[in-house]
Amino acid sequence: MFEVSALNKSNERVEKLYRTLFLMMVVLLIAPVLIILSTLVVKGGSVLSFEFLFTNPTDGMTAGGIFPALVGTVWLVTVALLVSVPLGVAAAIYLNEYAGENWFTRFINIAIINLAGVPSIVHALFGVGAFVIFFGFGTSILAASLTLAIMTLPVVIVATRESLAAVPMAFREAMWNMGATRWQTIRRVVLPNAISGILTGVILEVSRTTGETAPIMFTGAAFFLPFLPESVFDQTMAMSLHLFVVSTQVPGVPEALPYGVALVLVAMVLVMNSISIAFRMYLRGKKKW
Amino acid sequence: MAAAEEAVKPVAGIDEGGGFDRRNTDWYIDKAVQGFVFLGGISAIVFIVGIFIFIGKEGLSFVFETLDLTEFFTSEYWEPSDEDEPEYGILALIAGTASVTGLAMIVAIPFSLGAAIYVGEFATGKTREALKVLIELLAAIPSVVWGFIGLVIMNPLIIQVFDVPVGLTVLNAGIILGLMAAPIMTSIAEDALKAVPDRYREAAEAMGATRWQVIYKVVLPAAKNGLLGAVLLGVGRGFGETMAVLMATGHAVNIPGSVFDSVRALTATIAAELGETAVGSDHYGALFTIGIFLFIITFIINLLADLVVRGVRKG
Repeated sequence: MFEVSALNKSNERVEKLYRTLFLMMVVLLIAPVLIILSTLVVKGGSVLSFEFLFTNPTDGMTAGGIFPALVGTVWLVTVALLVSVPLGVAAAIYLNEYAGENWFTRFINIAIINLAGVPSIVHALFGVGAFVIFFGFGTSILAASLTLAIMTLPVVIVATRESLAAVPMAFREAMWNMGATRWQTIRRVVLPNAISGILTGVILEVSRTTGETAPIMFTGAAFFLPFLPESVFDQTMAMSLHLFVVSTQVPGVPEALPYGVALVLVAMVLVMNSISIAFRMYLRGKKKW
Repeated sequence: MAAAEEAVKPVAGIDEGGGFDRRNTDWYIDKAVQGFVFLGGISAIVFIVGIFIFIGKEGLSFVFETLDLTEFFTSEYWEPSDEDEPEYGILALIAGTASVTGLAMIVAIPFSLGAAIYVGEFATGKTREALKVLIELLAAIPSVVWGFIGLVIMNPLIIQVFDVPVGLTVLNAGIILGLMAAPIMTSIAEDALKAVPDRYREAAEAMGATRWQVIYKVVLPAAKNGLLGAVLLGVGRGFGETMAVLMATGHAVNIPGSVFDSVRALTATIAAELGETAVGSDHYGALFTIGIFLFIITFIINLLADLVVRGVRKG
């Protein structure tokens, strides 16, 4: 009665065929990138050294290191975070803890989606029009970081909102029954339970901000500056723009140098993403409810 | 009764008349915080409107005073730095962006949907987790790095393989953009598959369907809108990509006849020229006008994607 019929067999063959086909697609999607990344490691690895990381570029950027670009990226990312994290967390708290399901919330959601979807170069135009010219910050770290902050705001909002939503409603209800205000509930119960999820979002944002190039090109990042920025009103070099400059704008750069810059940039981004992912998995394993 | 009143009196927030007044310090803090998070909540709207106002402010005076809109959209000559008669036609730039995005989607759609189906429906346990992490990491590679890859790896490869004089072409940028967009589309498509309730699959399996039959007959039709949303977001992403197309297309104003032609994209034009224009000049205004155009197009694409995806949630 339960013999394997011809139909079963053909079904099984079709099944295997499709399974293999889709597996091939995954492999074809991932393999080229892995090959490319290993090329970066092989070609860029040769220039990596302590000196490369910690000295200024010399000889019209055809030699020397990337120190000012590294420091500049840290400046840009830090200032951007100072703006976007409080704002993003506040937005997520509003959306998850206060807002009802109405047209206004829907409006905010559409705005967030579009903020994430607007081309980076349009954010750059906005940065130029608003921060550089209108608010008079000039081309500075402040203008560039504000542009980056607005661009990456959706990353913080989405991650924070997800981790807030993961805190069970019963936790809040218990607090309210004790007479706690909304804010007391959020501060004592919701945020402590969601903080690690928020942190993974922040790390993800750091990674995004590090790699962005177009938004900072005209708002605060400079092709070459032999000194380090001293305040948020200075211009600065940045890793992402530096890669663009040494690979397209400067003649006579030795072949390996841009590979080295690319390798450091990719490493920074991927390490931060990996930390974020590992952290998320650890949290999922630890979850008590 | 009197004793009870006596007992509660010392508690903050109960006034003399015995009425209940909640306005103690905590109440004020609560209201202040509510105001603050509300400001955060509306910030996204403020910024989107702000973006439109500020790029409009720089671009619209040019649009109304100098620009001939018909010429802007139908002329294929983008010669803003011509001293006697500068021309602002973005047709060739639109063709550049469209051809690169189109090719990128031909590369990315089958692979990302296929990968999403494998990861979401076939793979299990550790393999699935590992693949998801890998795809998430691939999505994180910055666009300037992709542009660099197009420039130094793809360029010589294309010249060698196809025996053509230039490697910075639609083909190069299309492949680069496809590889770039695919991981993101895979993640979104996989979410769409995950949103299909398991009871659909179980019902089909109980009827004796094989896994592929379940996917093909049940899961894909149910996830159709979400998958379409993933594709739309990929298109929007390709449309707006800047650094990678700036570096890999060859940056030549040209309506492409084949994939081996160099082109120039809308986004790349702004990125390459904004630095050398005087604030307030016609050229500057023209670049902001392109920005307005890009903003509107991506806004529509994102809105469409959102509507399509929400359609599936409701249904």
